[in-house]
Amino acid sequence: MSEIHEQQPITLTIDGKQVTVPKGVTVKQACEFNNIAIPALCYDPELTSLGSCRLCVVEVNGFKNLPASCVTTATEGMVIQTQSQAVVESRKMMLELLLADHPMDCLTCHKNGSCLLQDYAYQYQVKGELFAGNKHRYPIEDDNPFILRDLNKCIDCGKCVRVCSEVQGRHVLDYAYRGYEMKISTAMDYTLANSDCVFCGSCVAVCPTGALVEKNMVGKGRSFEVEKVKTTCPFCGVGCNFDLNVKDGRVIGVTSNPDSVVNGRHLCVKGRFGTDYIYSPERITTPLIKKDGEFVEATWDEALDLVANRLLAIKKESGNDSIGVLSSARCTNEENYLMQKWVRAVIGTNNVDHCART
Amino acid sequence: MTNSFEDLENTKLIFLIGSNPTEAHPILGVKMKKAIRNGAKLIVIDPRKTEMAEIADLWLPIQPGTDIALLNGLMHVILNEDIYDHAFVGERTENIQELKETVEKYTPELVAEMTGIEVELIYQAARLYAQTRDASICYTLGITEHVVGTMNVMSIANLAMLTGHLGRENVGVNPLRGQNNVQGACDMGALPDVFPGYQKVFKEEARKRLETTWNVSLSDRVGLTIPEMMDSAIAGNLKAMMIMGEDPVLTDPDANHVHKALESLDFLVVQDLFINETAKLADVFLPAASFAEKDGTFTNSERRVQRVRKAIEPLGNAKTDWTIITELSRRMGYPMKYQNVEEVFNEMTTVNPIYAGMDYQRIDKKGLQWPVPTKEHSGTRVLHVGQFTKGKGTFKGIEHLPPAEVPDKEYPYLLSTGRRIYHYNITTQYSPTLKEYQPEELAMVNPEDASHLQLKDGDKIKVASRRGEIIVATEITDRVPKGMVWMAFHHKESPTNVLTNGAYDPVSQTGEYKVAAVKVEKYN
Ligand code: SF4
Ligand code: SF4
Ligand code: SF4
Repeated sequence: MSEIHEQQPITLTIDGKQVTVPKGVTVKQACEFNNIAIPALCYDPELTSLGSCRLCVVEVNGFKNLPASCVTTATEGMVIQTQSQAVVESRKMMLELLLADHPMDCLTCHKNGSCLLQDYAYQYQVKGELFAGNKHRYPIEDDNPFILRDLNKCIDCGKCVRVCSEVQGRHVLDYAYRGYEMKISTAMDYTLANSDCVFCGSCVAVCPTGALVEKNMVGKGRSFEVEKVKTTCPFCGVGCNFDLNVKDGRVIGVTSNPDSVVNGRHLCVKGRFGTDYIYSPERITTPLIKKDGEFVEATWDEALDLVANRLLAIKKESGNDSIGVLSSARCTNEENYLMQKWVRAVIGTNNVDHCART
Repeated sequence: MTNSFEDLENTKLIFLIGSNPTEAHPILGVKMKKAIRNGAKLIVIDPRKTEMAEIADLWLPIQPGTDIALLNGLMHVILNEDIYDHAFVGERTENIQELKETVEKYTPELVAEMTGIEVELIYQAARLYAQTRDASICYTLGITEHVVGTMNVMSIANLAMLTGHLGRENVGVNPLRGQNNVQGACDMGALPDVFPGYQKVFKEEARKRLETTWNVSLSDRVGLTIPEMMDSAIAGNLKAMMIMGEDPVLTDPDANHVHKALESLDFLVVQDLFINETAKLADVFLPAASFAEKDGTFTNSERRVQRVRKAIEPLGNAKTDWTIITELSRRMGYPMKYQNVEEVFNEMTTVNPIYAGMDYQRIDKKGLQWPVPTKEHSGTRVLHVGQFTKGKGTFKGIEHLPPAEVPDKEYPYLLSTGRRIYHYNITTQYSPTLKEYQPEELAMVNPEDASHLQLKDGDKIKVASRRGEIIVATEITDRVPKGMVWMAFHHKESPTNVLTNGAYDPVSQTGEYKVAAVKVEKYN
């Protein structure tokens, strides 16, 4: 972007208003600089633009057809209309065509409320009743624990294809077959579980519809019901950020937070799908004291009094340096700070270390 | 890391040694691939044919434990062909003579013999690295988890200084830190020799300052490292331990030794989410809260301090680690009065110079990269610009030393270990989702060895070292060279570290996870 801004500005007319934009931007960007929203299903600022969904069409004086604004460069003197009758009719028609082959099950769809197709159908009041055609009936792919893939809801926008190859560098997905049979597929049309997919879920993050969703979240909470809490991944040292999705005091899953400085919307399988260890049935949430070789449940007071008294006794008997403490590369800075402070100030030794080496 | 992730996206050459980012640091792998798509070259030095090795311009399949020989060989070529950075060496370094004398002996021919890498590849890698202005070295545990780990790191520093690949954007020496907050735990002084901000415990000035802030008197004696604690426990000197959020029995080398050490203690407290292998030995178990149940900060590999935010209340009766510590402290006669962790952070910034200018508001959106000495300072993307922390960079002549244990007649295979994409050290096994997808460890075995051992994919093998033995299923793949068995250490059902060698680097005290001698037989 910075290069674009350094160049000469150009002047053009959008919806009757004269505006100035940097040279080299697309018509879509020119509109957006001026707070005019342009609908689009296949466009993503991070990916190459195809202009294939044709929802972003606008009317440009002197053009025979309605160009897709995401792949048309804005030029000096252009006169653009974003809301003319022709534009609106065209967009409605595209939506009708998409909905004609779409299962209308917004009632149970996990994407209800965060689906671009639903948003535009609502905005343009398109019901999908104009064309009564065949609807695909693909089996729903659920043979992996991470991603639920329902190609019946796929609108062939190709964002998953592009994000997989252009960002993740994986090339797992591509278009296959032709005409009505055309669909997004892995090589040999295997399921994701049997492909080279590494379940990073970037395709889920960019999918505008309910075709790709987080399997574990289905039925647990839709976007408008959850509170999103931005936090930092607890696994590796990259430090990706994401949103924990919370409903009724429970974390139901993870979604991307595009404002994450390190990773944007992208995560790996662990960050996106692995935080369910929080609710592992093996989690222990009561203090335990070992008696006769077995752990028995205890109150916090019992457990902490015991630890404090034993440590004080050992300290007195065998000296400060007879106690050693392991802090943790998994815990927060604040906890590590307090732990070493406690060891140094209260136990009175520098015997504190952590697994810095793994 | 001396540099930042952004630099790795913009660099023109990535020199990846002992590192498997697409599995161990997946999002960094993504960034590196982006650099490569934009034209960056890639040199990979790894005994295994990793995903990065497959797309590398040069892949140097190295015999494990011979990194110093290779690095010296590269510097030999660079010096010989006079393609080193004279200006940088002249202005910013000292002691080049010692380096010259040492690497003199490491001719490409000799190095090829020692490392198993073709002579021609050694020349090509040396020239490519030295002659690409923006070249960035990244390494991980493949470098540090050796008895010569510290010397490996010093050799890498030699190479980067010699070629002037330090102190500016898009270059650097970049250790990719493993765990989410290993950087932060070090920064906070959870180490036996330093207070927060790497201030040595035996230096009076820092100690005096802390004594005033904490209102206590402090010990000036360097404490014990983990391996020393284990030895001391067995010797009967260390009587009690408290372990927070770690599972050394599963993750530390020579697990049986660790097990024995912890059993020798009079008193062991474990604070964790799960009854892990270590917790089984505890006298008291204190249930801690997960990252989703607390506020705080983590510091990532590029020194960026970012917020952890509480999403839910601690489950059941669990408590956050910091609450547990303060409650213990109060009971032991030293009340710690904090309303919340933000107050802890603020206190920490007063005693930790590299965090001095930070507060929760400043790090709220994008975090900050330390050092941040003042409230006006906007963070540090590149370290050592213009000058090293200690003035001039000193070259050290470093000789190759063999691993502590090498394959022999009795234990003819070399065991090397690492991480896999679907798991993260010790927590992910508790994720029902990840566990379902990758329930068990598959040891990697080369097809030639497999046919010798009469193994089919998935067959079980018994792997034994001088320290212990385990049974594990196999994956037959040419990603590992003949003679090597490779395993991750995530699964308690096949505890790889029963096998690994407890020998450790004398300086960093890092265990030699990457090389152990084992014997392998088919298990029926
Ligand atoms: S699966 Fe989603 S992202 Fe992929 S083409 Fe279909 S609608 Fe687009
Ligand atoms: S999960 Fe990741 S690797 Fe798999 S198809 Fe989607 S983008 Fe590609
Ligand atoms: S999402 Fe993956 S790459 Fe990112 S910090 Fe977590 S474990 Fe590391």
